[in-house]
Amino acid sequence: MAVEARTLAPPPGLKVAEELPDVIPARKPLKGFWGVVRRRPAAALGGAILLAMIAVAAFAPLLGTVDPGELAPSRRLRPPSADFWFGTDMLGRDLYSRVVYGAQVSLVVGFSVAVLASVFGLAIGLVSGTVRWIDGVVMRLIDGMMSIPPILLAVALMALTRGSLQNVVIAITLAEIPRVARLVRGVVLSLREQPYIDAAIAAGTSTPMLVIRHILPNTLAPMTVQATYICASAMIVEAILSFIGAGVPPITPSWGNIMAEGRALWQVKPTIVFFPAIFLSLTVLAVNLLGDGLRDALDPRMAKSL
Amino acid sequence: MTAPLLEVNDLKMHFPLGGALFGERRYVYAVDGLSFRVERGETLSLVGESGCGKSTVGRAILRLLKPTGGQVVLAGKRIDDMGSAKLRPYRRRVQVVFQDPFSSLNPRIRVRDALAEPINNFGLAKDNAELTRKLNMLMDKVGLPREALGRWPHEFSGGQRQRVGIARALAAEPDLIVCDEAVSALDVSVKAQIVNLLGDLQKELGLALLFISHDLAIVEHMTHRVAVMYLGKIAEIGTKRQIFARPRHPYTEALLSAVPTPDPLAKRERIMLKGDVPSPISPPSGCRFHTRCPYAFDRCKSEEPRLREVEKGHEAACHLNDRDAQDNPLLSGARA
Repeated sequence: MAVEARTLAPPPGLKVAEELPDVIPARKPLKGFWGVVRRRPAAALGGAILLAMIAVAAFAPLLGTVDPGELAPSRRLRPPSADFWFGTDMLGRDLYSRVVYGAQVSLVVGFSVAVLASVFGLAIGLVSGTVRWIDGVVMRLIDGMMSIPPILLAVALMALTRGSLQNVVIAITLAEIPRVARLVRGVVLSLREQPYIDAAIAAGTSTPMLVIRHILPNTLAPMTVQATYICASAMIVEAILSFIGAGVPPITPSWGNIMAEGRALWQVKPTIVFFPAIFLSLTVLAVNLLGDGLRDALDPRMAKSL
Repeated sequence: MTAPLLEVNDLKMHFPLGGALFGERRYVYAVDGLSFRVERGETLSLVGESGCGKSTVGRAILRLLKPTGGQVVLAGKRIDDMGSAKLRPYRRRVQVVFQDPFSSLNPRIRVRDALAEPINNFGLAKDNAELTRKLNMLMDKVGLPREALGRWPHEFSGGQRQRVGIARALAAEPDLIVCDEAVSALDVSVKAQIVNLLGDLQKELGLALLFISHDLAIVEHMTHRVAVMYLGKIAEIGTKRQIFARPRHPYTEALLSAVPTPDPLAKRERIMLKGDVPSPISPPSGCRFHTRCPYAFDRCKSEEPRLREVEKGHEAACHLNDRDAQDNPLLSGARA
């Protein structure tokens, strides 16, 4: 019936729409580098800023810097100029050099804490999510640690030791571990309800193998995302510790130290606080953007688009 | 007479309810004294409405749960109280196929590795060549192309995944497969394929199946015997013919009357049950079904009926069966 109807001439006066082309060519989704940039511009921007920061930290001596600790009382508190791009501080040190070298501290702290807290948190979370009786003990401990704000915990830990980069990393890591352990444990508990875990148990897989083969790989995606947020938060905590004088020694240029020293002169020379603050904010923003991008990309439902 | 493949004696599975820090601890009586047997090569279907404890029985037999009480005897050995090391060789003999084909395969493990897992765990292949041969054979058995071994679970459709799930269960070379609503999530045509596949495999390999389902049409199609569960207990157990032709428990009768018939002109008497399933936290006294039973009388409220043989191979737990045939409403309204 329908076929016959189509062959009939249209009634007079009726305008017939133009035939559409048979095939509308599909736009191919861009693959590879430009595809990622196009689909996740925010994450790509974050990645670019972070890469730039890493380059700045790695090649600090080659970027027209001078010794960041060199004192020159005769030219203190200079405004930004061609010689001193960001100006000088109250001891005549070149602010540009100090900010560039400060990137090293922030990035080292951020990445070390992210890696260490992930590894230990993952181990604790896996064990605690798998073994019932350990879970009870460990989780009460973690509850206790979580009741103390991480910054306060880090300050308290730093008060017990000397200020050094290593101790800062340890203190912040200890403060961050509970959050990771909690996250991993939650993921493990939800995975354990999956039928494929039951099937693996019925298939004779021992508990350690069950964790390694079936549980661990499925925790890595949320774990990686959490690690980026920890990286960002560690950089901020480091700056706070340095700012209140509980972080790396004042002789080391770190963004927190520079801001702490410039604080007294905020109304006279806001640039001293301004430049390290901009760098810190940019870096933290970059890491967080990257984390959001990763979170979307690692979602199994969106895995195809990567 | 040899021992049955699986014997379940007075199985109890009680789950403590959390939050009772003070006062009496309460329990969910998910399975409360259940006994049945599965012979080699036969299909026993466990039917009942949702929440009656069917799946819990399956999980207890698979020893994914440790029973609160009673015995699970596999080929003459009690496995309900075995530790995990001793249990291992028995694990091989009972495998499982789950309802949801999407969550029953680990999304990060290729089909080849998923199937090789039980083979390696139980040491069923001496070398790689034998492993490959077994993997290929499994794929042939469940009707999937051999090339699919290298694929990821998300590359398959629901029915194909269910075939992979069946292949994984077969890989352990089991005597019994627990099919926990194994076809309930599939659409009708795929369902038929999977049911037929299970039937063929059973004939070919002499497998016993414990088929947990709420779909009586499928059950009637493929089972040898049926056990009807209500609130953690068996209401009636018998051969397919006995159960479907002349049920001896009012609950079975009501269940059967709810099965849709494809003939729109067929007259059917639908027995509507009143109310909901009572809570398994505080099951009713006497017969658990008395709150909804259309034939309930005084004795049902106080005395719990025992599972009693009403004819050879057919047992039912209902006081009505103590009466003479002419006074028994189950027998007078002949359905056959």
